[in-house]
Amino acid sequence: MSAHQEKIEYSKKELSPKVLQIGFLLTLIGLVISIAAYFAEPTRAAFMNLVLLMFLISVGLGSLFLIALEYLAGAVWSAPYRRVIEIIASVLFVLPLVALPIYLNMNDLFHWTHAGIMKEDTALANKSGYLNLTFFSIRIVVFFMLWIIFYLILHRNSLKQDSSFDQTLTKKGIKWSAVFMPVFAITVTFSSIDWIMSLEPHWFSTIFGVYYFSGTVLAGLAAATFAIVLLNSKGYLVKGIKEEHYYSLGALLFAFINFWAYIAFSQFLLIWYANLPEETYWFLSRWEGGWLAFTIGLAFVHFVIPYFALLSQPSKMNEKRLLTMSVWILFAHFYDLYWLIMPTYSKGKFVFGWNEIGFILLGFGLVVLFFAQFSKNKNLVAIGDPKLKRGLDFRL
Amino acid sequence: MKDKILYGYTGIFNTPDAIISAANEASAKGYRKFDVNTPYPVHGMNKAMKLPPSKLGYAALVFGLSGTLSALLLMYWISAIDYPIVIGGKPFFALPAFVPIMFEVTVLAASIATVLTLIIVYFKFPNISHPLHDTDYMKQVSSDKYGICIQADDKLFSETEVIDFLKSVRAEQITPIYFDNEEVNNKTTVFDKKFIGLLVAIAIVVSIVTYSLLNKAMYTIPFNWMMEQAKVSPQQKSTFYSDGFGMRNPVDGTVVRGQMPYQFKGNPEMAGQMLVNPLAMNIENLNLGKKKFDIYCSPCHGYFGNGDSRLRGQFPNPPSLHSEKVRTWKDGNIYHVISEGQNIMPSYASQLTREERWAVVLYVRALQRAQNAKESDLQ
Repeated sequence: MSAHQEKIEYSKKELSPKVLQIGFLLTLIGLVISIAAYFAEPTRAAFMNLVLLMFLISVGLGSLFLIALEYLAGAVWSAPYRRVIEIIASVLFVLPLVALPIYLNMNDLFHWTHAGIMKEDTALANKSGYLNLTFFSIRIVVFFMLWIIFYLILHRNSLKQDSSFDQTLTKKGIKWSAVFMPVFAITVTFSSIDWIMSLEPHWFSTIFGVYYFSGTVLAGLAAATFAIVLLNSKGYLVKGIKEEHYYSLGALLFAFINFWAYIAFSQFLLIWYANLPEETYWFLSRWEGGWLAFTIGLAFVHFVIPYFALLSQPSKMNEKRLLTMSVWILFAHFYDLYWLIMPTYSKGKFVFGWNEIGFILLGFGLVVLFFAQFSKNKNLVAIGDPKLKRGLDFRL
Repeated sequence: MKDKILYGYTGIFNTPDAIISAANEASAKGYRKFDVNTPYPVHGMNKAMKLPPSKLGYAALVFGLSGTLSALLLMYWISAIDYPIVIGGKPFFALPAFVPIMFEVTVLAASIATVLTLIIVYFKFPNISHPLHDTDYMKQVSSDKYGICIQADDKLFSETEVIDFLKSVRAEQITPIYFDNEEVNNKTTVFDKKFIGLLVAIAIVVSIVTYSLLNKAMYTIPFNWMMEQAKVSPQQKSTFYSDGFGMRNPVDGTVVRGQMPYQFKGNPEMAGQMLVNPLAMNIENLNLGKKKFDIYCSPCHGYFGNGDSRLRGQFPNPPSLHSEKVRTWKDGNIYHVISEGQNIMPSYASQLTREERWAVVLYVRALQRAQNAKESDLQ
C-alpha cells in the first residue's frame, strides 16, 4: 500500500447543538407522558417501563458487544467508526435509573415475588432458590456494574490512544474484550431470563437467552448504522468511509435479521411440535384475543420487510435505505420486546394507547440525548488507532 | 501454424496493487474486453475493472424461490393428499413442520442452480477450451503473479497501442496469445466419441461390480460368516424333527415362570362367581390402580370413568363405568373384561400384569364409590 504514511484527514467537529435539543425534547415529552401513564395505570406503565429498560439494555449492551467483537476478531473495517459505537454504548449509564421504577413495582410485575405463591406451588418452590428478591437484586446490581465497568475500561482505553498513539493500548483492548465476552454471554442470558422469562415463572425455553441476544445485537447494530451513516454523510467523520463500509454494516444487519428469524422460528417450532401444555400456553396467550394480528405482524415487521429491503447489494450501499432500515429495525426491536412482555400484562386482549407512546419516545430520546451529551469534547473517530488507515483502505 | 489468429496481449505484474492500478488504467482508457487473472480473489477488482453488478444473483433468487415453492407443494402433496397420517394430533397441512424443509430446499436449489448457471451460461459449457489454457502466462498467474489480458476483439484494439499501453503501466513479459487449431475450428472435446464411450464403459463396469458384490459375493463362502451359524434361527427349517419345524411348542402342561394361566376364558359368569380380588384396599394399591387406569383406560373411559373419550370421536366412546350394571358387577366381572376384552375393547392382558389388573379393579371401585357415595361416607 503506497499511501501508508498519508496523513488521516480528520478535523474535530463538535456535534450540532440540534442533536442535543432533539434528544432533550424527545426525552422530556416521553417523560411527561410516561409519568402521566404511571398515574393513570401504574401496572401497565410498569410493564411498559420494563420494555423500555430492555430496549436500552439492547442498544447499550449490543454496542458494547460490537466493540469487543471488533477487538477480538481483529476487524479493520469498523475501526474508523468504533468511537461512534462507543458513544452509543454510553446509554448504559441510564439503566439503573430506568430500572428503579420497575424495582419499586416488583409485586405488580413479577408473580414470583409473592412469598405465599412460591411455597404453595411445587414447580415454583423448586425455583425459589434462584427466583427470590435478594438474589434477583444482587444479580441486577452486579450486572449493571459489570457492564458499566467494562464500558469505562474499553472506552477510556480507546480515548487514551487518541493522544498517545500507543499501539499497546489496542492489545490491552483485545485482552479486556476477551474477558468481557464470556461475561457478556452470561449476563445477557440471565438478564433475559430475569427480566422477561420470569414474568411467567412456570414457563421456560432454553433458547430464550439466544433469542434476546439476537435482538440485542440487532438493536446495537441498527443504532450504530444510523449514527454512522448520518454522521458520515454530514461530514463529521474521517474522509474515506465509503460504500464498502456501508455494505458491510448492511450485510451484518441483514445477517442478524436472518439470525433472529432463525432463532425465533426454532423456539416456536419446537414448542409447537412437542405440544406440551406447560410450554404452549405462552404462545397461546400471544395467539388469542387481539394478539394474533400483532404476532403475525411481528414476523413481517421484524423479518419479511427488512429482509427484502436489504436483500440486494445496491440497497445495502444506499444511504437512505440504510437510514430508514436502521430506524425500522430499532422500532422492530421495540415491537419484539412489546410482544414478549405486554401479553403477560393483558392476557387475551390487545392493548396499545397513549400510555405506551411515552415510553417509546423516551427510549429513542434517551439514546439520542446520551449520544449528544457523551460525544462532547471527544474525537468522533479513534484517530490513534493503528488499524484506522487499513480500515479506510478496506475494499470488498 | 496456419490458423494463427491473435486472441490478445498479456502482461504480468508482481503485486496486487499493481494489477489494480493496471485494471483501473485499462478501464479508464476505454478497454472493455479485457480480463485479469490472479492466484486469489483481489478485493476491489470489480470496481477497478468497472464491471457491472453480476446478474448471477437473479438466478439464485429465481431458483431459490422455486425451491421454496416446490418443497411446499411436495410436502402438501405428500402429507395432505397422497398419504395423510395424523402425527402428534397436528393437521395434515402443518405449515410450521414444512418450514425447515422449505428452507433447506431453498438453499440447496439456489446454490446448485447458481453454480450450474455459472458453468453453463458464463463459462459456455460444454466448451472447455480457452486460448489462455496451457500458456506460460497461465502457469505464472495461477501460482504467484498477477496478469492482465487485453483481447483482440475489443473495439479499441490495435497491436502497437496495446503494447504501448502495457509498457506504460509497467507490465512485464508482454506476450501475444494465439488461438490454436482446435479452438479456431471450435471443436469441443466433451462430446468426443471416445470420451463418451469411456464414460459408458466405466458406468457399466461399476454397475456390474457393485451388483455382484452386494448380491452375489456377500452370500458366498467365506464372506457370509455371520449368516451361517450352528443354531436354529426363527422360522428356520429343521431336518432333526420329523415335522420339519425348527421352532418348537412348549411341552404340554408347562407354564412360563411368573405366568398364571387364566382359567375363565369365554366364561364371564364363572369369573364373577369364582374370582375374588386378592389385593387389599389400601393407598399403595389404589395409587398403582390410578396410575395404570390413567395410562391405559382413561384415553377411552375418561379420567373418571364417565366414558368421555379424549380421542375426539376417532374411536367410539365406551359406556360409563358408573352405570347400574357395572356398579352391581362382581370384581371378577370387571377383571374378566380387562383380561379378555369386550365388544370393541381389546384384551389388556399383555399390557397389565395380574396384580395391576386387580389394582385397576380397586381403583374403578373407588371411582364408582366417589360418584355414588353412601350416607355414611359423608360423616
